[in-house]
Order: sequence, then structure tokens, then C-alpha cells
Amino acid sequence: MKQKNLTNRWQDMEPAAGNGLMDRRAFFKEGAVIAAGMTGYTLSESAAAQQLVDDPWSTVQGTTAGKYNRPSEFESAAELTLSNPNGEPRAQQARTPHHLLNGTLTPNGLHFVISRSGAPNIDPDQHQLVIHGLVDQPMVFTLDALMRYPMVSRMAFIECGGNSAPLFSPEPIDADVQALHGLVSCAEWTGIMLSTLLEETGIDPKATWLIAEGADSLATHRSVPITKALDDAMIALYQNGERLMPGNGYPMRLLLPGWEGNMSIKWLRQIKLVDQPSMSHSEARTYTPILPDGKAYQFYFLQEVKSFITHPSPGLNLNGPGLYEISGIAYSANGRISKVMVSADGGKTWAEAALQGPLHEKAFTRFRVPWHWDGGPAVLLSRALDNAGNLQPIRAEFVAKRGEATKVPSVKGFPSQHYNATTSWGIDSDGQVKHVYA
Amino acid sequence: MFTPKGRYIAVIAALILGTSAAFAQSPNLGVPISSADIAAWDIVILPDGTGLPPGNGTAAQGAPIYAEKCALCHGINAEGGIAVTLTGGSPLTNGIDTAKTIANFWPVSTTLFDYIRRAMPWTQPRTLTDQEVYALTAYVLAINDIIDDADEMNAETLPRVQMPNSDGFIVRFPTLTP
Repeated sequence: MKQKNLTNRWQDMEPAAGNGLMDRRAFFKEGAVIAAGMTGYTLSESAAAQQLVDDPWSTVQGTTAGKYNRPSEFESAAELTLSNPNGEPRAQQARTPHHLLNGTLTPNGLHFVISRSGAPNIDPDQHQLVIHGLVDQPMVFTLDALMRYPMVSRMAFIECGGNSAPLFSPEPIDADVQALHGLVSCAEWTGIMLSTLLEETGIDPKATWLIAEGADSLATHRSVPITKALDDAMIALYQNGERLMPGNGYPMRLLLPGWEGNMSIKWLRQIKLVDQPSMSHSEARTYTPILPDGKAYQFYFLQEVKSFITHPSPGLNLNGPGLYEISGIAYSANGRISKVMVSADGGKTWAEAALQGPLHEKAFTRFRVPWHWDGGPAVLLSRALDNAGNLQPIRAEFVAKRGEATKVPSVKGFPSQHYNATTSWGIDSDGQVKHVYA
Repeated sequence: MFTPKGRYIAVIAALILGTSAAFAQSPNLGVPISSADIAAWDIVILPDGTGLPPGNGTAAQGAPIYAEKCALCHGINAEGGIAVTLTGGSPLTNGIDTAKTIANFWPVSTTLFDYIRRAMPWTQPRTLTDQEVYALTAYVLAINDIIDDADEMNAETLPRVQMPNSDGFIVRFPTLTP
């Protein structure tokens, strides 16, 4: 009786856009009242109206804490997907399951990993960072020494320049948000500002770039403009409070907030100041999107404003009409997210989503908006705006400029780079969620 | 502790950051190292030839090295195998459908020397001599008809090799970056 009254409350509120989207403040205004009326994505119909008894786990002593604990055994689906699980001699990608996470921080074990030849097993006592080239005094920094330097902590997303590349496909892809957008993650990074170390070595005014090189077997290296090095570049030592994961660069990595992930060199061992970019394999060949006229963008660097909906998304199907929370992730290399708009009718009408604060520059922002699904077809998509005024492009406009593959690519493939346009999820009358083009 | 250049960097950093972060107190624990101690380990080379080591090689010298150390992955005729093709390439006007190759895409010649020396062979990186790297670089450039079979590659000649697609790029940073 009471339940029925509660679920009717949505009807008292003004829809903010077509097809059931509601005012972003609805959850906050009505608080627990609305939350209690929500329908979960996997709600069991039989959950209510049984006589209550103690469950078996409530009658015995529980499990002893371990020395390093893992999530519940019931959460075993929250895993990275591996493109090259046997370590064959080629690059490997491990993608973050965004649909099974919430909030804005990626747990360290689920942070995406790309490596070209695996993670080197570095003894931190033997590892050193050399800074040389166009400096006043070349220097070596041991990890012990770096641990004594003043540190800063900041939130930052890292995104592969090739994340979301399947969306260059001419047809929608039968894949989930992990497969489509799993090469971006966000963490709190703690380390030393690179400017602090460069102040110690001194900089020759002729230096305009630096070459950062890793200790992996391919000695992966990238050229970085000195302006970025002096702006917000960090030598990161900690990831979400603990030392870096091996796949994310242990014991130290360069962190270039907002820039394509490949440039944030992992297993950092060398920084050489120079007067021109080196045109490394990664910057000369790989992260250079070809345009329809045959020209290619070089030095793209920035991961531009982007958003996608994680809940619902493929694999999180709707279980009957009713109230749902649409939520997702937005981020930009150009600053903070200032607005996210959500549509439930394929982009005809838009409602403004609530942004979860605090809002950090170059970090994930979680957006949320209440939605009443009437049980009919719907197409959900989000569109973000950053505080530098950059609006996330609609896919059709984006591929008109950047090009589109003529054949459906492998979902693990990289037909181009730097896709930051919209992603649409289609919902049928059974509540099944699939990738569609709006 | 502040040298004139130390002040220069601090001022630049402060202008960019606009915060006190640039003036963080440093314990100054970097240990000076001589250029001589870095030289053998530093394999950075630049497109103008800076950093290229002594040595030389031709396609004829590179062919047997290729057959022994590269063909297993890249194919007997560099046509590709478990690793990418090293030859050919279709016009880039097919846009993003085009496979990037050395001949149709790579903008500068020094990238080839750098990547071979740095990362190849995949299972034994940095085991090739500089002489072998020059010879393999010449071999790959010659089978793509970018240089002649008799052309010797060395620190002087390699940076002057004009790559077919060197004009094919639009530089985004910094002027086209929003």
C-alpha cells in the first residue's frame, strides 16, 4: 500500500526532457522517498513480502580479514578483459569494467593497462631516474631520494589515445561499455612535481621538449613539450594511496594529466631535455589519426571532452518500467566538467544531469539524472561541456570530419584514435540495452 | 642554491602554474652524473641526426641480417607475418581504412633507425650493433624504393633521406589545440 504511493511520486514532478527524463534535483529534493521507489537493474521480483529469518551467514563467525583483501567472491565479474592473456609478443590491453563500478575512482586492480611488451619486474632499490640533456647539471635520482621530496596528490584520468576506437565502426558494435570505453581510468596520484626536479637540474633556455623513456624492454619513449612539463607534470609514485601497480608503471611513472596515456611514460627511467621532438615510433606512426583526405593529425596530445553512460549500459538490462538512475562518467583534458546533458529520445530533447562534486580538473566527474522508463523504446546518450567551453561532439558530426571505417572493425582494433563523440544505448521493450547509433 | 638559471625556471614555472607549488622546498638530493657515464646508455636520437652513432651500412649488408633476425616475424620478403609488413602501402586517401606503413606514412627516416635499435628484435632488444642497425635501416628503406640499393646510411646521410609522406601531417599542438 505504502510502496504504491511512493512509486507514484515521480508523476508529481515535472519531466525535464522527453521520454521520462526528470529534473536532476529530483533525487536530492525527495531524498529517500524517491530512492525507495527506485527499480534496480537486477531487482528480484520475489525479494519482498516473505517472513524474515536470519540468513545462515548471520549465525556463524565470519571470515578473518586477510593481509591484502579482495572484493567479495560475489563480485568476481568485475574484472579487466584481456586482449593478450598469454603474453604473446605484441601489445596487450586490459580494459576497465565501468558498468560494474560507480563513483569516480578506478580501483587499482581494475585500472586499465596497456603495455607493448609487458610490465618489467623492477627492483625499486636498483631503479633510478636520470635527468639530463639541456640542463645545467645532469642528475640521477634514486627512489629513496625521491621519497624525501615534497609531494602533491591530485585526481587525474588517464586515457589511451585509442580508447573508444570501435565507435569509428560504420555499424553499431555488439559490445559493452568495458569493450568500447575500457581504456580510460581515474585515480588519485601522489608524487613529485616534475618542475621541482627540473629546478634542481636547471634548464637550458634552448630546451623546448623533453624525451621521457621507460625501463620496459622496448624502452618506450615519447616527446613532451617543456610547457607541459612545467605546468602539471608529475613523477607519480602512489596510485589511490598505495604504490603504483606494476602494470601502471611501478615504481615511478610520468603523469601528464589529460594527455594521451601513452605519453605518461611508465617505469620512467630517463628524462632528456632537447630542442626538438624525437619523432618516436608512437608519435610518428601510432597516435596520428588519418583524416578522410589522407592528411593525418600529428601531436594530438589532448584527450578532449567526453562522456558516456555506464548505468544502464549493455549487460545492465532494465527490469520493468519504473524509476531508474541514469549515471555515467565525464572528463576533459581542458579543465573541469561544467555541464552534462542526457537524452532518452536519441538526442531530440535533453535534460541537465546532476554533477557529483567536488569537481576536479582532468578527472572523472560522475553525472546522474533520474529517469522514469515507461517500458517503451528509448535511446540514451550523454553530452558533456567543459569549463573551457568545449562541447562533446555528436557522433554523426564527428565522423563526418574524422572519417568512418568502411567495414565493422574488431572490437579490439584501433581503426583510428581520439574518438570523443557521443555513445548511444538503445533500450527495447524487454529492457535489453544495446549499442546503437542515434 | 638559486642559480640564475634556477631563478629562470622558477619564474617560468610560477608564470605557468600561478601557484606556490613551483616554489616547493626541495631537499636537493639529485646526484650529479657525468655525460660520459650517460652516453653509452642514452639511445635518444633526433630527426636532425643528433645522437646518431658512428657507423654505416647498405641494403646489401642488411639483407642477410634481415633474413637471420627479422624475417621470422616480418616475413621473408618483409610482407608481414606475426609482425607488421615493412613494405608497400596504399594511398592514404582511403582515410582511416588505410594501413599505415613506412612508405605511405612515416614522416622521418630517423624513426626507423631509432625503433630498430631501441626495440628490435622483439625478443632481444638492443642486441644489434650500430653497424647492423644502419644496414637494416638501409635495407628497409631500399625495399621501399626510398633509397637506392647502393646508398650508404650513416649519421650524415640518414637524416637527409626524404620520406614520401613527410608533408602529410597537420600539427595539432600547440596552435590547433583547444
